[in-house]
Amino acid sequence: MGPNLFINYGEAVAMLLFGIGFGNLLLQSNLIKKIIGLNIMDTAVYLFLAEKGYIAGRVAPIVADGVQDMEAYINPIPSGLVLTGIVVSVSVSALMLALTIRLYRRYHTLDLDEISRQLKKEGL
Amino acid sequence: MSRMKNNYENSRFMRFKRWVDGETDLLLNTMEIVPAKEPAAGEREEASKDSFGEKDGKNPPVFSEGRGLLYFRRFYQAVSVLLCCGIILVLLWTVAYLPSFGNAGNPDNNEVSARYIEQGLQETGAVNIVTGMILDYRAFDTFGESCVLFIASCCVMILLMVDDAILKKQEAMSDRRFEPKNDAILQGTALVLTPIIFIFGIYIILNGHLSPGGGFSGGAIMGAGLILYTSAFGFHKTQRFFDEHIYKIAKITALCMYGLIGTYFYVTGANGIENHIPLGIPGHILSSGIILPINFCVGLEVACTMYAFYALFRRGGL
Amino acid sequence: MDFVQNFPCFSVILCLFAGILSSGLKDKAAMRVNTCLLGIVTLLSGATLLYTLQTGQSFVYVMGKFPAPWGNEIRAGVLEALTALFFCVIMLLSLLGGRHKLLEEVESGKTYLYYVLTDLLLSSLLALVYTNDMFTAYVFVEINTISACGLIMIRQNGRTIEAAVRYMIMSLLGSGLLLLGLCMLYDLTGHLLMSNMKESVARLAATGQYEIPLIVAIVLISVGICIKSALFPFHAWLPDAYGYSTVSSAAILSSLVSKGYIFLLIKIIYRVIGFDIYGDTRIIDVLFAFGLMGMIFGSLSAIKENDVRRMIAYSSVAQIGYIYMGFGMGTEAGMTASVFHILSHAATKSLLFIAAIGLTDVSGGSRKFIELTGAGYRNKWAGAAFTVGSLSMVGMPLFSGFISKLLFAQAAVQNHVKMLPALIVLGVSTILNAIYFMKTVIRIYTPVGYSAYPSITFVKMRVYAVTLVAFILLNVILGISSQPVVDMIRQGLAMFS
Repeated sequence: MGPNLFINYGEAVAMLLFGIGFGNLLLQSNLIKKIIGLNIMDTAVYLFLAEKGYIAGRVAPIVADGVQDMEAYINPIPSGLVLTGIVVSVSVSALMLALTIRLYRRYHTLDLDEISRQLKKEGL
Repeated sequence: MSRMKNNYENSRFMRFKRWVDGETDLLLNTMEIVPAKEPAAGEREEASKDSFGEKDGKNPPVFSEGRGLLYFRRFYQAVSVLLCCGIILVLLWTVAYLPSFGNAGNPDNNEVSARYIEQGLQETGAVNIVTGMILDYRAFDTFGESCVLFIASCCVMILLMVDDAILKKQEAMSDRRFEPKNDAILQGTALVLTPIIFIFGIYIILNGHLSPGGGFSGGAIMGAGLILYTSAFGFHKTQRFFDEHIYKIAKITALCMYGLIGTYFYVTGANGIENHIPLGIPGHILSSGIILPINFCVGLEVACTMYAFYALFRRGGL
Repeated sequence: MDFVQNFPCFSVILCLFAGILSSGLKDKAAMRVNTCLLGIVTLLSGATLLYTLQTGQSFVYVMGKFPAPWGNEIRAGVLEALTALFFCVIMLLSLLGGRHKLLEEVESGKTYLYYVLTDLLLSSLLALVYTNDMFTAYVFVEINTISACGLIMIRQNGRTIEAAVRYMIMSLLGSGLLLLGLCMLYDLTGHLLMSNMKESVARLAATGQYEIPLIVAIVLISVGICIKSALFPFHAWLPDAYGYSTVSSAAILSSLVSKGYIFLLIKIIYRVIGFDIYGDTRIIDVLFAFGLMGMIFGSLSAIKENDVRRMIAYSSVAQIGYIYMGFGMGTEAGMTASVFHILSHAATKSLLFIAAIGLTDVSGGSRKFIELTGAGYRNKWAGAAFTVGSLSMVGMPLFSGFISKLLFAQAAVQNHVKMLPALIVLGVSTILNAIYFMKTVIRIYTPVGYSAYPSITFVKMRVYAVTLVAFILLNVILGISSQPVVDMIRQGLAMFS
């Protein structure tokens, strides 16, 4: 076991959440629960990324009082990447939910296995 | 003299011949699906669309499925659970070896972030270093991200938008169940809150380069304001100032402006030509070169998209 | 700086603009904009290819005034320009060939959205080909995923929407893993531009610091991309998605979308991690093993199929196995063979899908084999094209499939450990390919005395026939004069890292 497991407790929690979200996406048969799993997984990755930027004892990267010293601010790059990632996550969730609505209107069930069975029965 | 067989039709050769001819299906009754003729396009099977909750009592017909499918599903679930536990363990083990949290000597605190912090204000004109980074140094990524939002809204339009005039009227009728009939509390609150929300959203967009904020957060807040207004007062009133036509114009204008400004920025930068966009005085609202117009375009696009998602999900059209 | 160096940036931006503007146009106008755009981008890519061949080295284009590692970058060499040119040509031909089915199968008010999706898909493919930055690659991977989902579900019957849901679930799993691997790699190296990342990774590998996270990050990125490109165990969504969507979508998805991700993987192997370091981790062997299994399993599943389009879809699974087998060899020759197979498979698979739709059209719309008897006589163009595609897939000399198999065999012989399994599986999968493709070709050319279905003449389907002829010519050109293409690929790979 490496040295940093308890120092990196934030990243460890993020990995745990990632695994939970991944499992939900694979295993749940209810579509809404799958989408929630997808959101948990993406949020865990953003938590991991956001923690990468933190440096102990420094403040958010907004220039205050003209101080432009590198030692005064945290790393701004991960915050920017998380901003991009959140928008991608929102778009993908909206698309999945629209697909779920269409499937529900047609088959009156949210269970993906049930929908496959009904498709087989229809023979379409 | 040929040997006569009583069961010639079922002999191996005839079975093989039937398979070559395409008359038999080796996987019938186990896992395969036998496709049939499909209905022509446009005949969307929207059977009983307005009976959302009323058919719950009907159980889907139970019919026997092949045993192969059952075992396959059990196998798939077992393997998936093992896989997830394995992934979690491997990732936790990896976290133990990653650089320490909050340590200033980490590999990612290097010359890249040094330049963003120390010279960001002079090179981009933005007080907020993160906004300067995503809208000036790495503007191409943010343009890609706006296109992700755009294409997601196009896909949701494909799925949920109702074009047919008769179906549109039907949707509007069935949506009346969700519209509040002059709910006093909701309308009173919305009357007070909606202007405040809009002003706050515009404030956040305009202040993207001076304080935490920017196009995405401000746009989301303005979208939320629009949604609140529509929930309280109904689509008819909202369509007076924001209908499908205006939505299309706003979306296309915002994205095209962003694209044009961005392209001018990339091409002049790559070819070494000086781009004459003034950076202004840091700390003023009208400063930071291309960041303010881009923030504005992004905010407009995000607000339109958020509202469009809501309207499409609710009644299939703006 | 020459004006030609602006062309890669222009291609990507033009596609994005065309997509954005098409969302406000009507159906016919959007179609015309799309066709014009494809023509223009083909010309731009061709010009870039000529320029890079002339100068003999790749050039870097800085997006904005800040150089790497602070700003964004685009890099173009021979391999990128060749791939971009190929992708544009295949997309143009696929859209032309499937146009008549598109008008039939998609609601008339939504056809313009299809063209918006294809414009943005093309922009994301070009960006993946040209980019030099990991995070830009991730953003355009997401655009690629969402456009591909839209292409699958444009037909909007129950089958395609369910196929789209399954595709999105698998693809988002892959994206999540890719993003996590990318974040870990950023944490270890501190850079997002590929060239800078490579120096840091080389330094880390040499000192042995952070060894385990580096390996895990590489594994996560590889597994993420393998899931998205439908390598063997992760291919469950493929037959439904390719088999039931409209035919231009099936052609574009099978030839271009998965190949875009594989190209990204090649780029990451060469430009972020370094070929030697990637070979040292044993991931190459795992990719090799899964590639072999995919080749066999895909062909076996195709044999069992009763529906011609699903059969062609399963054949795609096998062909993607070939490409990963080429990676798994771990040599330059293996990579060259894989890249040539990407181009050859793109040309052949779209030809097969478009020819198959012509055959099913003259069989009353049914896709079962028994109905397709004699279809080659009813629609001569589609029959001939399907035969050419099948012969190329099987590996008959004169067609491009033969050259790819030859290159794979040559690469296999050079690697002593992996030679025997690779050659055996190559031979077995050729036999299996022959079984199901030749069975279909024989079936469509079996004369039927009286047929209930009408024949189709050239006059009724001019655009379709011209597209088929163009595809056949492309295939034959790749097969006969393949040496210049292979040389260009070798030159491109040499300047790729």
